[in-house]
Amino acid sequence: MEYKDYYKTLGVARDATQAEIKRAYRKLARQYHPDVSQETDAEVKFKEINEANAVLHDPEKRAAYDALGSNWHAGQNFRPAPGETHQNVHFSAEEMAEFSEFFSSLFGREFRADEQGRQRRRGQDQTVRLPIDLEEAYRGGTRQIRLDVPELGADGRPRMRTKTLNVRIPAGVTHGRQIRLSGQGTPGVNGGPEGDLYLEIEINPHRLYSVEGKDIQLKLPIAPWEAALGASVSVPTLGGTVNLKVPAGSHSGQRLRLKGRGLPGEPPGDAIVVLEIVTPLATTDDAKAAYREMAERLHFNPRAEMGV
Amino acid sequence: MTQSETRLEGILLDEGLTVTFSELTQLCGSNTRMVSLMVTEGLLRPQGALPEEWRFDGLEVRRARRAVRLRRDLKLNIAGTALAIDLLDEIEHLRERLRVLEHQLGQRQARPIR
Repeated sequence: MEYKDYYKTLGVARDATQAEIKRAYRKLARQYHPDVSQETDAEVKFKEINEANAVLHDPEKRAAYDALGSNWHAGQNFRPAPGETHQNVHFSAEEMAEFSEFFSSLFGREFRADEQGRQRRRGQDQTVRLPIDLEEAYRGGTRQIRLDVPELGADGRPRMRTKTLNVRIPAGVTHGRQIRLSGQGTPGVNGGPEGDLYLEIEINPHRLYSVEGKDIQLKLPIAPWEAALGASVSVPTLGGTVNLKVPAGSHSGQRLRLKGRGLPGEPPGDAIVVLEIVTPLATTDDAKAAYREMAERLHFNPRAEMGV
Repeated sequence: MTQSETRLEGILLDEGLTVTFSELTQLCGSNTRMVSLMVTEGLLRPQGALPEEWRFDGLEVRRARRAVRLRRDLKLNIAGTALAIDLLDEIEHLRERLRVLEHQLGQRQARPIR
C-alpha cells in the first residue's frame, strides 16, 4: 500500500502547531468541499484532506503517525512493521470505511477488536457528476457508467471494486439536475443498508447551442438583405430543421422564439434564435461594385447617433 | 476487483417530484429537528402549512442534502448554511447566464462569399 504524507496533504510543516493544522484544514475544507468546488476531483481531494485531519488534529493520533518516522514520502510502498498498528486510538466505523488502506493498516486493529460485529451502519451516499451531450439530454437514453466503490472486505479492510451501471437518462433532463439511484451508494457496514448514488447531470458545451434550463439558444447568422427585407430561413433545432420567418427590419441581437423547440418536458423549453447579421467579404469585383452602389444610393451614416 | 452489471431506473430530482417531511429527513440523512430548522430559516420552502402537510420538490431535496453536508463538514451554523446555499444557487445561475452570453458573443465578423 502507499504511504500517505498527511502533512503534505494539508500543506503544513511536520512541526506545525495544532492551531496551524486546524487553520490549514479549515481553509482546504472550504476550498475543496464537493458542494462548493468546481474541480472534478474535489470529492477525492476532500476525502484526503479529511483523512489527514482525522489523524493530525488529535495529538495522540498524530504522535502515532509521527512514530513511523519522517523518512517516508507520499506514494512510497508502505508495509507496517508488526506491532506498529496503534492500539489506543479510536475512529468511527464510518471513518474506517471512508479512509485509505494505509490509514486502516495504521489504526485498524483497535477498531476491529472494538466495534466489528456490533454496529450496523448505513453506507454513505455518493454523488457523481455525469457529463452528457445535449442531444442525449434531448432524446434521453441509456448510459453506461463505471464507478470505483470502496467496500469493506471480509478482513475488515477497505478495498476498491469496479461497478458498472446502466442508467436510464430521462429525456429533457437539464444541467445540474440529479438522478437518485436507491441503494447504489457505498455498501453498509455490518449488514447495514447501502447508501444511495446521486448522478448530477452536466451538459457538455455544444457547437451550436447554449442551454438555459430547458431553453436552448442558437445564434443564427443572416445576410443583411434577409434582415432588411425579411426572409424565410432554415434553422437547425435539436428536433430537426424548421423554417423561421425573419421579419423585415430585423437587427443583430434580435431574439425570436420557437415555442416548444427546446428540451422536452411539461412544459417543454423553447428554442431562442438570436439573429446575427453577417456581412459578406468584398473579395470579388461584383461584391465590391454592389457595396459601392449601396454606399452611393443609401446615404447611410451608422455613427449618426454619436454626432459625428 | 470484481464486476457487476445492472440496468437501473433512477428517480429524477426535479420539479415534478414531491417528498414528505419524513422522506426528506431520510434522504438527507438528518433528523426532523434539522429539517424544521431549515424550513424556519427559509432555506427550504415546502408547500403546505403544517409539518405533516409539507411537500418538498426535487430541487428542495438537492438544497437540503447540500445544506446538511455543508453544515456538518464546515461546521456552519444555520444562518451561515442558508447564506452559503443561497450564494451557491446564485453562482450556478450566473454561471449558466455566463455560458449563454459567452456563446452568444462568439465570433462576429464578415464571412467569405460562398
